[in-house]
Amino acid sequence: MAEMTYLQAISDGLRVEMRRDKRVFVIGEDVGVYGGAFKVTLGFQEEFGPWRVIDSPLSETAIVGGCTGAAIMGMRPVAEMQFADFISCAWDQLVTVAAKQRYRAGTPVPIVVRLPSGGGFSGGPFHSQNPESSFAHIAGLKVVCPATPEDAKGLLISAIEDPNPVLYFEHKHLYRRLKADVPEERYTVPFGKARVHREGDDVTVVTWGAMVHTAGDAAKELEADGVSVEILDLRTLIPWDKKAVLESAEKTSKVLVLHEDTRTGGFGGEIASTIAEEAFEHLDAPIVRIAAADSPVPFSPPLEKAFIPQVDDVVKGLKELAAY
Amino acid sequence: MATTEAVDVVMPQMGVSVSEGTITKWLKNEGEEIQADEALLEISTDKVDTEVPSPASGVVTQILVKEGETVDVGTKLAVIGGEAGAPAEASAPGAEPEAPAPAAEEVGQPAETPAVEPAPAPAPAPQPTATDAQQNGKSFVSPVVARIASEHGVDVSSVPGTGRGGRVTKKDILNFVELGPPAAPPQEAPPAEAPPAAPEAPPAPAPEPAPAPAAEELPKPPAPAPVAAAAGEQLEPMNAMRRGIAEHMRRSLDTAAHVTSAIEVDMSRVVDIRNKLKPEYQETYGVNPTYLIFVARAVVETLKNYPWINGEIRGEQIVTRPWVNLGFVVELTDGKGLIVPVVKHAEGLNLLGMAQAVTDIAERARNKKLTPDEVQGGTFTITNPGGYGTFHGTPVISQPQAAILGTYALVKRPWVVQDSFGKDVIAIRPMMNLTLTYDHRLVDGALAGRFLKDLKEALESWDEVAY
Repeated sequence: MAEMTYLQAISDGLRVEMRRDKRVFVIGEDVGVYGGAFKVTLGFQEEFGPWRVIDSPLSETAIVGGCTGAAIMGMRPVAEMQFADFISCAWDQLVTVAAKQRYRAGTPVPIVVRLPSGGGFSGGPFHSQNPESSFAHIAGLKVVCPATPEDAKGLLISAIEDPNPVLYFEHKHLYRRLKADVPEERYTVPFGKARVHREGDDVTVVTWGAMVHTAGDAAKELEADGVSVEILDLRTLIPWDKKAVLESAEKTSKVLVLHEDTRTGGFGGEIASTIAEEAFEHLDAPIVRIAAADSPVPFSPPLEKAFIPQVDDVVKGLKELAAY
Repeated sequence: MATTEAVDVVMPQMGVSVSEGTITKWLKNEGEEIQADEALLEISTDKVDTEVPSPASGVVTQILVKEGETVDVGTKLAVIGGEAGAPAEASAPGAEPEAPAPAAEEVGQPAETPAVEPAPAPAPAPQPTATDAQQNGKSFVSPVVARIASEHGVDVSSVPGTGRGGRVTKKDILNFVELGPPAAPPQEAPPAEAPPAAPEAPPAPAPEPAPAPAAEELPKPPAPAPVAAAAGEQLEPMNAMRRGIAEHMRRSLDTAAHVTSAIEVDMSRVVDIRNKLKPEYQETYGVNPTYLIFVARAVVETLKNYPWINGEIRGEQIVTRPWVNLGFVVELTDGKGLIVPVVKHAEGLNLLGMAQAVTDIAERARNKKLTPDEVQGGTFTITNPGGYGTFHGTPVISQPQAAILGTYALVKRPWVVQDSFGKDVIAIRPMMNLTLTYDHRLVDGALAGRFLKDLKEALESWDEVAY
């Protein structure tokens, strides 16, 4: 075990796979000489050389298109979007080509697209989004959202191993704030297996990414009121651990779905409707969603606070649900 | 003094969970005079059968519900006084079933939940666990609560709610299912201190293989779907007691992990002592020292060392207590039901006391003088189906108790005993089989075995002085 930040754990996972498998290479804007906008690939070019750590032109289309081609030819590319927001430029390559290639031609497309996402630092509308639900909607893509350093490493390695295009949403707010023991050896964290972040009996929170920690802080506050909160960290949205969610819903009968993405069309709606369909007779209260407002992410710090779900918002929602 | 205003007679609330009653007999006809507190009619609920006293003196001006009909608690049954044909307007406690005075602060009651809460009693019977909001069944029933209610046959409106606006939450109904209604409140008794009474039952601890709707709540069964009889079949409505038994038996099997162990007891000593005591007991005290009394006395003594067998599971806790409230399964004379009167604090009774207590409850069962309290609170039950010669059975536990003892026919059988030289010989011995059916969630087989062994030894070496 070694203590690592969430960001160091991502670097470590990438490094482990690059050392182990020569097919793995990194491509992105400023990932080489500069070490990446957030320094995830710092020192990578020195270790692996410019042909495996490639500084690309400012074109997300080219990056994802190039990765798709390389993957079809047998490589294991890991692309970095400087910010998750920019992936919209690569929509066509990702959604039309990469996601459908295996279905159309039977060719695996083992690419990973790393997506520094999320707000909380006044990055404004172009540098703070959580566009995971847009891609969860596309058949053929997998969507991963680690919440802890240990999962960040294990899920990245699983993503690289996976024969499908995987969108890996790494939360910028967690990069250097989260520090925890991470196994130094290589390990994988399986897709589609939720993690119980906290066990409880009265209310279930289903969430992922940075919101796991917001929920954790809220749950601690609820302890004082004698309300026991269970937190499920989904880890991956595609595939998502329906079984764990339904089991927890059946246990507590009260579910709050929490995400940092905007509310309408957010993945929380999918979870809520699945619970309503498959665990209706176990519900003791309406399923509640807490999510960002349907608006672009504001620059202004107070507005951004009002926009992104805060601990107080979750505390309020949990209290109401517990009292229902 | 005859009433000048019309006074309504309503179906009384006979216990926290009882939601309806059947009119078994009108004791007065329309036009007849009646005194206040004089019995007006007989009713049958799933807990007890009783007489309903008149709330006022005057003429019975209207009888609104026919014999044999089952109506919800609070339903107007008759009118005393006033002018014939002009029914009273809210002059008495609870004129309308939907609007009982004590519950006036409650709001928005759905039409299908009239019962239970509207206690027509003069005192606004407070729910023991009343919380800030007490609006049972008058708000939204969530899917999970509806499901649990239907699985356990619980009337949601009888469950105290702690959720928003008094809503019944999942926890509320689970607690209710596990623990039963929060302590049967005595103020639930009918108006004017009429003693609610017994079943039309025969007294003697008569045999019946299954235990009864004891101590627990007997939730309202789901509304019966219309049924049709095929050619040659007869349809007979289930009375309240039958439905209560049906619900309780089903729920008990759904709740407890039933296991039965049996043991053979040589009753020679008990038979001798009984023969010796019988004349004295009958002549001096007017009671009969039945074998059941001996078994009951030995059970109480043995239970002292087996608190779990006299205990219960309540939620995640095991409840034990230093007293024994002994239930006796009593069959009704018509063979169509049973009741389980409870001898409270049986640990304080010697053999004579036990015989008197059992004779007493039996007599009051015969005279319909059992109060709801006397069929509740049992901690252990004895059933005696042996009267018909059966030698074995697997009774159903009376919830929420942990075990039930079955006593069976006393028969003479060849039995291997040791003679004075220590040699095995075959003797003729009066043998009785006893079964202990226990809830394996709480009581393991070894514990049950030790209990039966101790009970057997107590009976085989009956200590006349100690007992």
